[in-house]
Amino acid sequence: MIANQRSLILHAGLIVILFALQFLLPDYHHTNFTSIMVLATYAMGYNILVGYTGLLSLGHAMFFAAGLYGAGMGVYYLELHPVLAFILGSVAGLLLAIAIGLIALRTTGVAFMIVTLMFAQAAFLVTLYFNDITHGDEGLTLTQAARGFDLLGWHVDLTNPSQRYNLALALFLGALLLCLALVRSPVGRVLVAIRENEERTKMLGYDARRYKLLALSLSGLLSSAAGAAYVLFFGYVGSSFAAIPYSIYPLLWVLLGGVGTVVGPVIGTLLMFYLIEISRDHTSSYMIVVGVVLVLLVLWFPKGIAGTIRARWWGWIP
Amino acid sequence: MNPKTPLIGGKKSLITRRSALKTLGAASALALSPGYVRYAQAQTAEPLKLGFQLHSTGIGAGYGRWYDRTTHAAVKLINDAGGIAGRQVEIITEDDGTDPKRGAEVVEKFASQHKVDFVFGTLFSHVVIGSAPRAGELKMPYFVVSEGYHVASGALNRYVFQPGITDVRSQVSSMAPWIAGNLGKKVTMIFPDYAFGHDHRDFFTAAIEKQGGSIAALLAIPPTETSYTKYFAQIPADTEVIYHVMVGPGVLTFVKEMGEHFGSKRPQIFGFIDSLEAVDLASPGLEFLDGTYFWEAFPRYAGAEQSPYDKFYREKVGVDANGASTGDPKDIATYSHMFGCWETLYTIKQAVEASGYKSAADKGALIEAVEAITSFAEGNEHPQGNKTFDGKRHQCYGHQFISKVEGAKLNVVHKTSIEDGLYENDTDYTKQPL
Repeated sequence: MIANQRSLILHAGLIVILFALQFLLPDYHHTNFTSIMVLATYAMGYNILVGYTGLLSLGHAMFFAAGLYGAGMGVYYLELHPVLAFILGSVAGLLLAIAIGLIALRTTGVAFMIVTLMFAQAAFLVTLYFNDITHGDEGLTLTQAARGFDLLGWHVDLTNPSQRYNLALALFLGALLLCLALVRSPVGRVLVAIRENEERTKMLGYDARRYKLLALSLSGLLSSAAGAAYVLFFGYVGSSFAAIPYSIYPLLWVLLGGVGTVVGPVIGTLLMFYLIEISRDHTSSYMIVVGVVLVLLVLWFPKGIAGTIRARWWGWIP
Repeated sequence: MNPKTPLIGGKKSLITRRSALKTLGAASALALSPGYVRYAQAQTAEPLKLGFQLHSTGIGAGYGRWYDRTTHAAVKLINDAGGIAGRQVEIITEDDGTDPKRGAEVVEKFASQHKVDFVFGTLFSHVVIGSAPRAGELKMPYFVVSEGYHVASGALNRYVFQPGITDVRSQVSSMAPWIAGNLGKKVTMIFPDYAFGHDHRDFFTAAIEKQGGSIAALLAIPPTETSYTKYFAQIPADTEVIYHVMVGPGVLTFVKEMGEHFGSKRPQIFGFIDSLEAVDLASPGLEFLDGTYFWEAFPRYAGAEQSPYDKFYREKVGVDANGASTGDPKDIATYSHMFGCWETLYTIKQAVEASGYKSAADKGALIEAVEAITSFAEGNEHPQGNKTFDGKRHQCYGHQFISKVEGAKLNVVHKTSIEDGLYENDTDYTKQPL
């Protein structure tokens, strides 16, 4: 079987499993999987930058929050149709990523990490500073009525678990297809070339900065789309989503699942979610348990789970 | 079973109809006798399951530990007295990490995995606001112990109540008459530059102006600040009262630097005890607070005016007369907040028994029963004091206390009336559908 067919089976199989799980999962895990698919979309966006382009950002929470606030405040203040609010949130993240990229991409390596961290911290403080509008750390809630709409004769209720699950799956599928298309395209190969050796890529005639800006923009777009979906699905927007932990989480999810693999982010997000969930049931010091497990995973799976599987057995994983 | 030897009836019956009736009659008489009724119901009925959303970890852990102790003390008392409507209370605790995202997940877990009857106990405002939408979607009665204005403001939904602790708008408003009459009318406010501080800024400004006072300066401290000296230099010279509500790990530095700035010549100083909940007033660096004043919801130190209900409550929770754990005098309670858990549990008891709540199908009746409450009498069930309850706002209103720091202790100098903290707003959750 050729690599393309195997890849198709792997990714189509993943989508089929996720679709089927909604009929099997108990209510609590049903909602958890909705959340995981949204957060995995965020992680996939992050992976475009860190996994395929080799740029380690410590500030992606600002893009997630841009989507969250763009969509959330669009519904709260402007009473936007949720679909328009989703587009507004996603575009807000895209524009922010382009603006940040024009400045931050003048740096590389550790400097890029520090600059993105600095911008994210500034974005976090903006959410607190404009408390009169954002309600700062306390945040805003969206009513159930504001999260329902009619589309092509079909009533969509974003508080309905089943509809919400399938919309999260659609978002995840869209992100998955975008990532697959990107990594298999000539543009994706240039991004990988930049990751492997930026100077050599430049010498081959590619404008590395333009490609990196494209990668950051797509990464920001997916992150903000996830943020926009999150607020519409779960009805809350607050500054905690713009804080440092939400820049660190996607890094952990991607490292755990497999940097530079399309399925890695969802594996990492799922594993981390349930690692915390299960250890939390047994001890209030659950982060120690999580830390130990992560150390063991890094020892046995140094390239993340999907990354190590690709390195050792299935070299065809994109 | 052999059909030829029926247990009841027939010649070869092992149990005759008469003996069976005798046995049933005796059992019924025993079950209906006084004292046994409660026991029989408690033993046969399913327990009433309460989901306790606890801040075990994260920034709220200090408060969470005492919320946990208070809750278990109240539940033990309730269960020893026969439970709620004859049903034993089972507490199921989940840590929300003081995180709003996790808070919503915990509410979901309580509803769909643990199948609890109600959820209660959330303290930090951002966690309440993050969790409340899910509680509303799941039609899960959600009793918070947060003191935030978010419930009474109308920002949440019909399923969210705060019957155990007065909200911050009322607390702040009730301080103004005494401050204006006893400390001064020109006030400089120092507050953290986020929602909690902004509530104080907005509500106290309005309240002091109503008393004929004025704000000399508003000093908002960014949440990332670690040194406060430059802010003290901005305090106008004609300030009569400094009003501070700093919270978090920087509070000791804040007090120390305030002492270094003013020395022995200082304006009157008034603060909210939130700054120093679970902190020993004898801690090094807090000497400067001697002679200053604090708001307390429930006096930490048992003074001469201690009510028998406070005495009872302290004993059951395990708090000594200095507001510390009876097992460790250095372990200071969050005394001005944790009573809210105790009183909320008794409110749940009152509402369940009034509504005849038995299962999830009766949640509408329970909501209406809580909304029908108008007051709570002071007693062992409400040791902090009597309160009014506004069923439209889902919020209670009680007395507040002002205490002076003397010899590293807080001595009560004033108790507000409930009317001091009343305000107008048009929140009416009863208009929302169940």
